[in-house]
Amino acid sequence: MQFFFEVLIGGLLAGIMYSLVALGFVLIYKASGVFNFAQGAMVFFAALTVVGFMEQGAPLPLAIGLCLIVMILLGVATERIVLRPLVNQPQITLFMATIGLAFFVEGLAQGLWGAQVHALDIGIPDTPIESLMDKTGMLISQFDLIAALICAVLVTLLAVFFNKTRIGRALRAVADDHQAALAVGIPLKQIWAIVWAVAGFVALVAGLLWGARNGVQFALTFVALKALPVLILGGFESIAGAIVGGLIVGSSEKLAEVFLGPYVGGGIEGWFAYVVALLFLLVRPQGLFGEKIIERV
Amino acid sequence: MEQVRNIGEPILVVENVSLAFGGVKALQDVSFDVCEHEVRAIIGPNGAGKSSMLNVVNGVYHPQQGHVTFKGVRRQDMNSHEAASMGIARTFQNIALFRGMTVLDNIMTGRALKMKTNFLQQALWWGPARRDEMQNRHKVEEVIDFLEIQHIRKTPVGRLPYGLQKRVELARALAAEPEVLLLDEPMAGMNLEEKQDMCRYVLDVNDQFGTTIVLIEHDMGVVMDISDRVVVLDYGQKIADGTPDVVRADKKVIDAYLGVTH
Amino acid sequence: MLYRETGQFKTSYAADQQIFPLRQDRIGVVATLLVAFIVVPLVANEYWLEAILIPFLVFSLAALGLNILTGYAGQLSLGTAAFMAVGAFGAYNFELRLEWMPILGSFALGGVCAAFVGILFGLPSLRIKGFYLAVATLAAQFFVVWALTHFNWFSNYSASGVITAQRIEIFGFYFLTGQSKYLLVLAIVTLLALAAKNMVRSETGRAWMAVRDFDVAAAVIGIPVMRTKLLAFAVSSFYCGVAGALYAYAYLGTVEPDGFNLDLSFRILFMIIIGGVGSILGSFLGAAFIVLFPILLNRFAEPFANAIGIDLPSGMSSNLELIIFGGLIIFFLAVEPLGLARLWQVAKEKLRLWPFPH
Ligand SMILES: Nc1ncnc2c1ncn2[C@@H]1O[C@H](COP(=O)(O)OP(=O)(O)OP(=O)(O)O)[C@@H](O)[C@H]1O
Ligand SMILES: [Mg+2]
Repeated sequence: MQFFFEVLIGGLLAGIMYSLVALGFVLIYKASGVFNFAQGAMVFFAALTVVGFMEQGAPLPLAIGLCLIVMILLGVATERIVLRPLVNQPQITLFMATIGLAFFVEGLAQGLWGAQVHALDIGIPDTPIESLMDKTGMLISQFDLIAALICAVLVTLLAVFFNKTRIGRALRAVADDHQAALAVGIPLKQIWAIVWAVAGFVALVAGLLWGARNGVQFALTFVALKALPVLILGGFESIAGAIVGGLIVGSSEKLAEVFLGPYVGGGIEGWFAYVVALLFLLVRPQGLFGEKIIERV
Repeated sequence: MEQVRNIGEPILVVENVSLAFGGVKALQDVSFDVCEHEVRAIIGPNGAGKSSMLNVVNGVYHPQQGHVTFKGVRRQDMNSHEAASMGIARTFQNIALFRGMTVLDNIMTGRALKMKTNFLQQALWWGPARRDEMQNRHKVEEVIDFLEIQHIRKTPVGRLPYGLQKRVELARALAAEPEVLLLDEPMAGMNLEEKQDMCRYVLDVNDQFGTTIVLIEHDMGVVMDISDRVVVLDYGQKIADGTPDVVRADKKVIDAYLGVTH
Repeated sequence: MLYRETGQFKTSYAADQQIFPLRQDRIGVVATLLVAFIVVPLVANEYWLEAILIPFLVFSLAALGLNILTGYAGQLSLGTAAFMAVGAFGAYNFELRLEWMPILGSFALGGVCAAFVGILFGLPSLRIKGFYLAVATLAAQFFVVWALTHFNWFSNYSASGVITAQRIEIFGFYFLTGQSKYLLVLAIVTLLALAAKNMVRSETGRAWMAVRDFDVAAAVIGIPVMRTKLLAFAVSSFYCGVAGALYAYAYLGTVEPDGFNLDLSFRILFMIIIGGVGSILGSFLGAAFIVLFPILLNRFAEPFANAIGIDLPSGMSSNLELIIFGGLIIFFLAVEPLGLARLWQVAKEKLRLWPFPH
């Protein structure tokens, strides 16, 4: 039982990170109707850029600051070069364009900073929390806990940003109806640029945490693939959905790996979340919090 | 308008249909019938539930209550495919053509239910598949001639002007040789000449093929001219039903229309 | 002879429904086939046959498969490589376990296995659309590769699922040289491309496109939407499956499940985006582009960089490749969504009017 909780908590902690990446998706989706497949590439790009600056001698905070500027530039450029020419295209076309963007960003990142694995130290030790271990015998890494806390704070901030601030409300209006938003004088282009910049920031945080955990390498791009089932579960438009979905995916895949994996030869983490999401879709195509829409004709 | 048609028994009966989208009650307890060979109009202000009514009849929307009886078969839930195979075809208010295809291909899809070969035969372009294609093409050419759209046969529908698109959509519906044709605002957005053409086609279809027609239209002149009986909807409820003259004189109808600008 | 339609009147629907209504086009196609079947095997060397032409044909077939599903039926799939894997491993097992099975039978049955897997993962398409569906096909991608790696019955208990394809033998003739393998692949691809063309120009294809363009209208006109989608998944996966079998048997010889990864799926998706979504010709053009481009880049990028005085770090050309592919995808989607095939068509139309443009 105690082992079960250990796995569950580990899964939930990982799940919060998924939530964070998924939030990056939701943000862009709500504002511009684009399902941004390049989010994973952006995570990779951000982590690599921080490491790159550090290897050039910049201290961590400076590297993060510089990287933030780069990410914002990247976001704004994306809005300009990729989205604007494709505005009013079907969503699926935009989606494919972001796959192209992902390739582009991956190539760019490796071209700029090299393709080898880099270590990234952000100063949080990856050791079990002793007091917890003494009391309950559970092994929970300090790093995971702090990372989860950071994610949780960020997720909360984003949720507040979205629901309470003026920009956030404008964003929601944009998501509901582009034309109407334009009509009431919401500056769409600025909003999009802001959103892509915020998504870049989210990618940076995710990249730092993940990169510090597993090394900064190409595999970081797969983080996006983890976030996809989260979105399916939570619905593409729901912040709450992204959070809950992330926790469900994180915990269920860890539990499945540990308790189900041995029976089928292990390695099921890679697809388990997808199958869960898929089965879920068959029952509720609109996601956890989505509303059922009947197509108008 | 003097027409010698023998209007028959009710072929389509709608009983107590109610349909809601969340809080919006699109239809409330609506009943009416449509007789064989007649031209039946549905009118009403914007948002009255007219399109929803057609959507219920051919299974695009599923009503929470009520029944639709078509050719003696009574259903709560029609499904679109079944409706089509029983002989209901339709056009849509916002043109629903297949935009990536040519006019000819669009109209050919109207023959979907008449095609008898399977994909393997078609992959081989084998005797039966080829014959099938030719025979149905023949029928489609008749429709093309009937609606006078020979010159645009090979044009992608997306490139056509609005009025012609509406005509192609009618062609697609006609290609199915339906018994009942549902037309959702076939003349909306057309100029006078196009409207007259469209009116003529609708009446010719009714006349020559004996097709029963259910028509939604905002242009009162047209409605009063060509329909045998009229149903009036307002806020999802039926407020009048009868011949054009009766409906025109109805107090409730006048009120409903006075409250709305068109 | 000029490229003109003058004087070519259609006197019957049959003539009007030919694949290539213009005589000049027919001559062009026959000439292409003659070159492909006779001239190329005579003049091309082993490198060209084995490293360029065979993969080009195999990828064309896979792209054709994906194009049926995505281009014609409008269902985006990111699991192409998985269906190829099923085809490859399916063929391998039929060949391995059934003594009497002729190799072409194994290829076909590999394709049939892929078709069934395709239908299975296509089931969600009945309820979901767009990128929700794309995510569902990703599930296929990950699950299939995992299953082939972990259940090593599929690879006859070899380590990490590696299989070595048996030799191709038909009626006692062994296809060992690049030349013979090329001809075999070419014949299969030609036949399947013809079958695809026949499908898309008859009711099957119209139903696919109707569902793609407007599913509600398709249902209302009597097209069985579910069956049409599943058929698209089945036929598409069959094509991908056969392509996978050829990939293993005629191209690489030795394959492992991991080789059929997401990256391969993306590459095939790129082929149809660049070549032309919803075009059979486009599948070939796109495959040619994606196969040839990295080779050209490798050949010319470094000398070029040296010539202008830049020192390219190693691995740079693969990064350049990513950047250029990515950029091209965005470019084509924004500027010419119908891809190279459309450019070709436009060029032909210009030619038809040449030298009097108006
Ligand atoms: N798919 C849908 N989802 C949600 N609400 C819908 C849907 N279809 C129709 N409605 C609502 O139902 C009501 C009736 O709509 P309907 O389209 O049937 O009206 P109508 O009489 O055809 O109007 P119009 O003359 O404008 O075409 C409207 O309030 C509309 O907003
Ligand atoms: Mg309407």
